[in-house]
Amino acid sequence: MEFFGKIGSSVEGSLAYVGSLTSLAGRAAYFTFVGPFQGKPLRFQRAVSQAMEAGVRALPILSLITFFIGLILALQAAYELKRFGAISFVASAVALSMTRELGPLITAVIVIGRSGSAFAAEIGTMKVSEEIDALETMAINPVSFLVAPKFVAMLLMLPCLTIWANFMGILGGSLFGVAQADFTFPRYIIASLDALFMRDVLTGLVKSFMFGATITAVGCLEGLNTTGGAEQVGRSTTRAVVMSIFLVILVDLVFTMLFYFLGEH
Amino acid sequence: MAASADIFGADSSFDGPMISLRDLRVSYTGREILHGINFDVQRGETLVILGGSGSGKSTLLRTLVGLEKPTSGEVWIRGKNFSSISEAERDEIRKRLGMSFQGGALFGSMTVGENVALPLEEHTKLEPTTVEIMVRLKLDQVGLSGFENFLPSQLSGGMKKRAAVARALAMDPEILFFDEPSAGLDPIIAAGIDQLILELKRAFRMTIIVVTHELASAFLIADRMVLINKGDVVALGTTEEMKNSKHPKVRQFLDRIPEPAVAQELD
Repeated sequence: MEFFGKIGSSVEGSLAYVGSLTSLAGRAAYFTFVGPFQGKPLRFQRAVSQAMEAGVRALPILSLITFFIGLILALQAAYELKRFGAISFVASAVALSMTRELGPLITAVIVIGRSGSAFAAEIGTMKVSEEIDALETMAINPVSFLVAPKFVAMLLMLPCLTIWANFMGILGGSLFGVAQADFTFPRYIIASLDALFMRDVLTGLVKSFMFGATITAVGCLEGLNTTGGAEQVGRSTTRAVVMSIFLVILVDLVFTMLFYFLGEH
Repeated sequence: MAASADIFGADSSFDGPMISLRDLRVSYTGREILHGINFDVQRGETLVILGGSGSGKSTLLRTLVGLEKPTSGEVWIRGKNFSSISEAERDEIRKRLGMSFQGGALFGSMTVGENVALPLEEHTKLEPTTVEIMVRLKLDQVGLSGFENFLPSQLSGGMKKRAAVARALAMDPEILFFDEPSAGLDPIIAAGIDQLILELKRAFRMTIIVVTHELASAFLIADRMVLINKGDVVALGTTEEMKNSKHPKVRQFLDRIPEPAVAQELD
């Protein structure tokens, strides 16, 4: 009996967590889309600086990692394809797995490490040093001031980063293609593009959009839930990273299943 | 008194008590911290809230500025019941309050000037050049001229407090709240903060609420004092009345007599 009680309370806890994530995202959406029409202008400047930090500054490391991932994918695919004499399919294998799955996912993981953790640390530090309280006493809504610009930045930047990651992955694959599979560089790129349908790219982008919302909501919520002192900020940051990775994979699963069953018809 | 409007277009002709507490009760996670607090604060008055650690004085201050919600009872600020009005109305009142936090609570990613400018940029339609002038005036008022472009991390403890006061003053508040203004400061800097509070009171007839346990500072700046012990008002009166009080808890606090046994502190 106690066992079921435990299951019940942990399910309840998880649902409550998802509920508060949704509520935070909802309030951020209100300040982004409804607020500007009610005389509460969006803090555009803050959104731009967040987009620079979360997006543009992530480019070097993202490029390097996704280039390697593309190369690894090509090597792994070729290992199997070679046995069937189908090594020329390496281009389409890399292109499909990058755009449909690994591009969005790897981008999300890098952004969690760079920005999701930073959101939790920034807001958590502000919470423990009474800065969030200070905003409230100044009649400035913390969600509107801190969270909404982050949402805008992430929802715009994650799909952009994902497109870039897809491109870099294909580029990484081409290195193997040219060196080992008798492709010329232009032919490799053409083979990759031929393998892709618009649908593949779009499903990846829809996922990355959802990942952006998830990462921001978790990072900001963990920050806002910080109580106590500096050591709690560290704990919030860790929780934000672990939770984000878990939820991003969960969202990924849900959407991949959705696309799979929708694609059947 | 004729209705007058300040530069933010707000009416400042309210005549009643600036703050009224009616049987205010506040609980944290099921434990009651404040057990029915009652008092009024008049315009232009400086009230010092005294009390030991864990007495509930900080909770009282946080409730006054709306950071904690009362479990029952009422907080009236400028004739409006703070806990029953809409969020928008609450924000309107909050624009007339200034709060200086214990650690300053300056935004670490912004310069001192940007910190002071923030409420003006958020709540007024003043031109950037006007905001700049106002920021300079406010910093001048707290003795921090020329520190606009410093980051809070580059300031000393006393300067941070002053900068926080400048930010609290940005909107020309009618009520100013201080949480432990002299905590962690050396006696000379702390005396400087006391002087600043006295100046604000004299020059602007501001209503000032100070939470502290520094007795010297309390007696210097207060018109009236209230002593909080374990969530109850033990005594309320002018500085003279407090000095002459025979109440055992007041005597214990003012004469710095330790608790008879540690066990009592833990209950």
